[in-house]
Amino acid sequence: MSDSLDTYLILSGILFAIGSFGFLARRNAISMLMSIELMLNAVNLAIVAFGVFGAGPDASAQGAVFALMVMAVAAAEATVGLAIVIAIYRNKKTPLVDEYDAMRQ
Amino acid sequence: MTIEALLPLLLLLPLGGFLVTAFIGRRFGKSAHWIPVLAILVVWIIAMVAVANVLTGAAPLLPGSEDTHGYVAGPWAWIPAGDLHIDFGLVVDPLTACLLIVVTTIGLLVHVYSIGYMSHDPGYWRFFAYLNLFMFSMLLLVLADNWLVVFVAWELVGLSSYLLIGFWYRKRSAQLAAKKAFIVNRVGDLGFVLGIAAIVVNTAAAGHPTLNVRESIELLLAQGEANPIPLVVVALLVFAGAMGKSAQFPLHVWLPDAMEGPTPVSALIHAATMVNAGVYLIARANPLFASTPSAMVVVAAIGIFTAILAASIAMTQTDIKRVLAYSTLSQLGYMFAALGVGAFTAAIFHLMTHGFFKGLLFLGSGSVIHAVHEEQDMRRMGGLSRKIPITYATMFVGSIAIAGIPPFAGFFSKDEILGEAFKASFYWVWGVGLFVALLTAFYMFRLMGLTFWGSFRGPAAIWDKIHESPRVMTVPLILLAIPSALLGLAIGLPLGSSVLHGWLEPVFHHATELLALPHESYELFGVDGALILASVTVAVAGLVAAWRLFGVDLGRFRAPARPEDVRELSARPGLSFLYRASLNKWWFDDLNHLLFIVIGGRIAAAMWWFDREVVDGTVNAIGRQTVVAGRGLGRVQTGHVQNYALGIALGLIVIAGSYLILTGGPR
Amino acid sequence: MNLNDLPILTVVTFLPLVGAIVVAILPSSLTRQVAVGFALATWVVSLLLLIGYLPGRPGQQFQYVEQADWIGVFGIQYKLGVDGLSAALVVLTTTITWVSLLASWRPIQTRIKEYMISFLILEVGLIGVFLALDLFLFYIFWEVVLVPMYLIIGIWGGANRIYATIKFVLYTLAGSLLMLVAILATGFSYQAANGGSWVGAFDFVTLRDFAATTGFAPALQVGAFLAFFLAFAIKVPMFPFHTWLPDAHTEAPTAGSVILASIMLKLGAYGLMRFAVPLFPDAAHTFAPVVIVLSLIAIIYGAIVALVQPDLKRLVAYSSVSHMGFVTLGLFVFTQQGIEGSILQMVNHGLITGGLFLLVGVLYERTHDRTIAKMTGLAARMPLWAAVFGFFVFASGGLPGLSGFVGEFLTIVGTFAISPAAAAIAAFVMILAAGYLLYMYGRLVFEEVSDFLTGLGGHLTDMDPIEILTLVPLATLIVVFGLQPGLVLDLVRGSVDDTLRAAGSGAALAIAPELVIVAVALLVVGVAARIGWVLAAGRGGPPDAALVGREAAR
Repeated sequence: MSDSLDTYLILSGILFAIGSFGFLARRNAISMLMSIELMLNAVNLAIVAFGVFGAGPDASAQGAVFALMVMAVAAAEATVGLAIVIAIYRNKKTPLVDEYDAMRQ
Repeated sequence: MTIEALLPLLLLLPLGGFLVTAFIGRRFGKSAHWIPVLAILVVWIIAMVAVANVLTGAAPLLPGSEDTHGYVAGPWAWIPAGDLHIDFGLVVDPLTACLLIVVTTIGLLVHVYSIGYMSHDPGYWRFFAYLNLFMFSMLLLVLADNWLVVFVAWELVGLSSYLLIGFWYRKRSAQLAAKKAFIVNRVGDLGFVLGIAAIVVNTAAAGHPTLNVRESIELLLAQGEANPIPLVVVALLVFAGAMGKSAQFPLHVWLPDAMEGPTPVSALIHAATMVNAGVYLIARANPLFASTPSAMVVVAAIGIFTAILAASIAMTQTDIKRVLAYSTLSQLGYMFAALGVGAFTAAIFHLMTHGFFKGLLFLGSGSVIHAVHEEQDMRRMGGLSRKIPITYATMFVGSIAIAGIPPFAGFFSKDEILGEAFKASFYWVWGVGLFVALLTAFYMFRLMGLTFWGSFRGPAAIWDKIHESPRVMTVPLILLAIPSALLGLAIGLPLGSSVLHGWLEPVFHHATELLALPHESYELFGVDGALILASVTVAVAGLVAAWRLFGVDLGRFRAPARPEDVRELSARPGLSFLYRASLNKWWFDDLNHLLFIVIGGRIAAAMWWFDREVVDGTVNAIGRQTVVAGRGLGRVQTGHVQNYALGIALGLIVIAGSYLILTGGPR
Repeated sequence: MNLNDLPILTVVTFLPLVGAIVVAILPSSLTRQVAVGFALATWVVSLLLLIGYLPGRPGQQFQYVEQADWIGVFGIQYKLGVDGLSAALVVLTTTITWVSLLASWRPIQTRIKEYMISFLILEVGLIGVFLALDLFLFYIFWEVVLVPMYLIIGIWGGANRIYATIKFVLYTLAGSLLMLVAILATGFSYQAANGGSWVGAFDFVTLRDFAATTGFAPALQVGAFLAFFLAFAIKVPMFPFHTWLPDAHTEAPTAGSVILASIMLKLGAYGLMRFAVPLFPDAAHTFAPVVIVLSLIAIIYGAIVALVQPDLKRLVAYSSVSHMGFVTLGLFVFTQQGIEGSILQMVNHGLITGGLFLLVGVLYERTHDRTIAKMTGLAARMPLWAAVFGFFVFASGGLPGLSGFVGEFLTIVGTFAISPAAAAIAAFVMILAAGYLLYMYGRLVFEEVSDFLTGLGGHLTDMDPIEILTLVPLATLIVVFGLQPGLVLDLVRGSVDDTLRAAGSGAALAIAPELVIVAVALLVVGVAARIGWVLAAGRGGPPDAALVGREAAR
């Protein structure tokens, strides 16, 4: 049971659901960024799991490489995202996204 | 040079006169009349030569005819529309010749008269330009051999009439009268144009669409019952055109108002020539009408009804020109009655005599109006016979002629109409016609009495300045008085088989055969003599009645006017309604005003409202609703990233879910 | 060089574009002269085209055909060609364009350069529409026309110009987008029938031959015809799609009104005659009764509404609706006289209404007002203007001897053969036209000079030489075509025969009567609801005859 693909995928799904709930429900911009990270990691987990249980000759390595790639992108994204949030925070004096409605204008 | 080659000149000369005078006439000042008058003089000469040759039989036979002499010119191509080719040519046959006599002679005299009458008008050149335009149109009308060209001329005389009625353009009444004349004429023209379309359709069904008058009528008659559009409809549509131009009830309302134009115009266009166009048209289409008896009855009924209606109105009008205008209507009614009973020759006869004496009366009235300083109300005239003797004498001749006293011209033509009506068993036409003859004599001598006899009722200052018109005006009067007196003797004798009958026989014999009228010999000492006696008696009766009420002053014949009797008569219970009806022209103007200005105006205004609020309103409402809907949907765009993300997530769920449901879940 | 070797159609189409570029480059001082010069040059080329054109060549409808692949994947071509109908309309366009530019000489004083560029580009679009033989190319030119007209009304127009120009553009776009869909559907349908090959899928000649032999599927015909019809009916404009016209006319500058009335309205009629009827003959036959009824409504309705217009330009605009009704009526009775009359009426209306708008413009230049009630007695102050105005008024009223009459008469004859009642209704406009025209003419020209005009004093001068020059060609052509309508009729005979043959090959499609009943019921309910809504909203019931009251009180 604990050693099957399904277990990892279910865990990944749960993590992703938590992440997306966090992204949709939290009002704090920092929390939202963290939720995004959570979703990305859920995906990473799935990728690695696919790699380990995959059929190809070096599927495991491919999965690992993909996961590293995603981590790098996530790091870059988090940096940029945090920079934007801080920029807006300086402007609006609040981390709450309810107050961010510049897109409406 | 042959006469045929000269025929186009009949049109080109007045047209050239119009163009030259219209474009550069203003520079000619007081000599602007030379070109137009000379043009018409040459036209008159050419026309008279042609007429003489046609009527004496010296002209060649018309192509395709065994007994009709005449001239043809053309044809020239005009509209090539597929299998329908509309060409036009000019034809002078005996009927056209009769019309040419009237049109060119009176036209020439009116041109000459206008030199004097219009001499003080600032629009002198313009007037002569318009007159030449009218002559061009009228000559085109009588010369054309094609329905559509006749219609062209029909509209062009309408245009010249519009321009001339509105000649004094500063007067609002002139503007309204001109507009009214044109629009009422258009009502008739609507029928005419549909009639022409019907002729095209009928001849196309016969395999040869054509609008040549003679050819098309032959085709229509040959086709008989097989015509897609029944002949009676065609005839009535054409008659509608005639009703408009000849001002027959109920389209008679424009003619009295047309008197707003200068008097020479009234004489030429609205008495002697243009208004006869309807009579000419039906005479021209005589076989068509002769083959549809029901249409003929309609023509006779409308004609005689107009005759009595107009005569009844003429009895009480006080404007000298309006009396003459209603008289014209009434006499035109006679002509239509004659056409309706099949007496085509009599109609043309009356057309000719009426043209001369009514032209004379109008020009005379112009001379009177001139003399009393542009006063037209007869209540402020009287006793003028001493001041303007030539006008008086010539108008007296005209009055006797129209009243039907032998041996003046009107007697012959009117008696022929009544006699033929009686003998064709149209007793009601005869009866009403006889009564109209009584009224005619009455209102004409009422006019004479109020104008020339008795004492002057206008301001005394004017009385001293009244003088006879210059010779350029009186000579045309005298020249018109001659045919008014003698034309009947010249072409109306011998009674029963007159000269005119001989001339027109080839034109009308087909129709006469179709009508199959009983051929009775003329009995001067029988029924015909009795009829003559009857009409002379009523004419004299009307004349005497007028003398008793409005006075007379003829040498030893002398009677004072009795205005108190007139008042007493018109107040009598039975007569007062008729008097008011006559005075108010049987309220036709008020009826038209109500129908077309008030009600029609409301309909038009309501339609405009419909256009703005409903049609355009719908368009604008759609535009507005789009904007409103856009605003509403815009509210969904909150600008909050999370809402968008929620939307994306929900969308993803819906898409994935529906995929799973549709494919039956993962395998 | 042989004239036939020259790509004359491309030259005549794009010469104004060259002119526009030159105008843009040259200094502003030369703008007017250069623009008029290029318009005149285009005119001359179009006359050459007319001279070289050989009418009545059997079996060869289009001449001077130029063909080049454009978007080869979909068989879209750059294909131009001319037949009698388009030749007549192209020459009308080039003539009216230089007349309009000349008429703008004095009135337009701001942004002259932009104005002239707009006008020249407009001419490109107009000529292109008449010459394009590829449906896609036709659509492109069709839309090109919109942009400069949008600018001309929107920038140089009257007070309410923004409303008018947006309405004009959106209304036209709504129709033409549907037309684009129909063009694509037609192309796809042909491609499917042609074994999947796109060759010729947008080529008019190919499609027409296909329509005449195999024919498009009934469903496509109905849909495509309705889409085409809507686009063209809006442009004509036919009742009830006409309401953009009075607004656009009223707000447009004089030359804009002239182009609008003379040429742009012809685009719709041309489209119906060239594309809608030959490509979808069955549908055309099916819907012919509807179109005829709409035309009759337009004829009478336009005339009646014109009777009560207080604004000079609006009156002429509604008279346009009425006159254009004759064009659609004549086309959809499918008789020779009808179609010939229809084409003649197109040309005549272009000349006559163009002239009327020019004359109204002349008056507007001096008075800056278009209210009929304010102006009387112009005969005394502007005699030459009054005379010329009279000429055009009577030409518009269908006075025989001038060109308007022949077109109307042939249309009536053509209609009479199909339905005497319809002909009678159409002919009834003779009376109404006399009514509104003489009302306008009588008010403006006759009577004493009004206080308003007296107040203008020396500004009220008679026409100047340039203004006369703009009207002379129109008046001349009106007289010439009135006396010799054969000049036009012989030219377009081939086109008429082609249209007639195409239309004649169609058999009426059956439409379920229930559908018609439902549609009519929906329409009636819709209109009733609208009336109810308006009345309930309290924006005034039908006004009483206050407007005509002036006439009544006499």
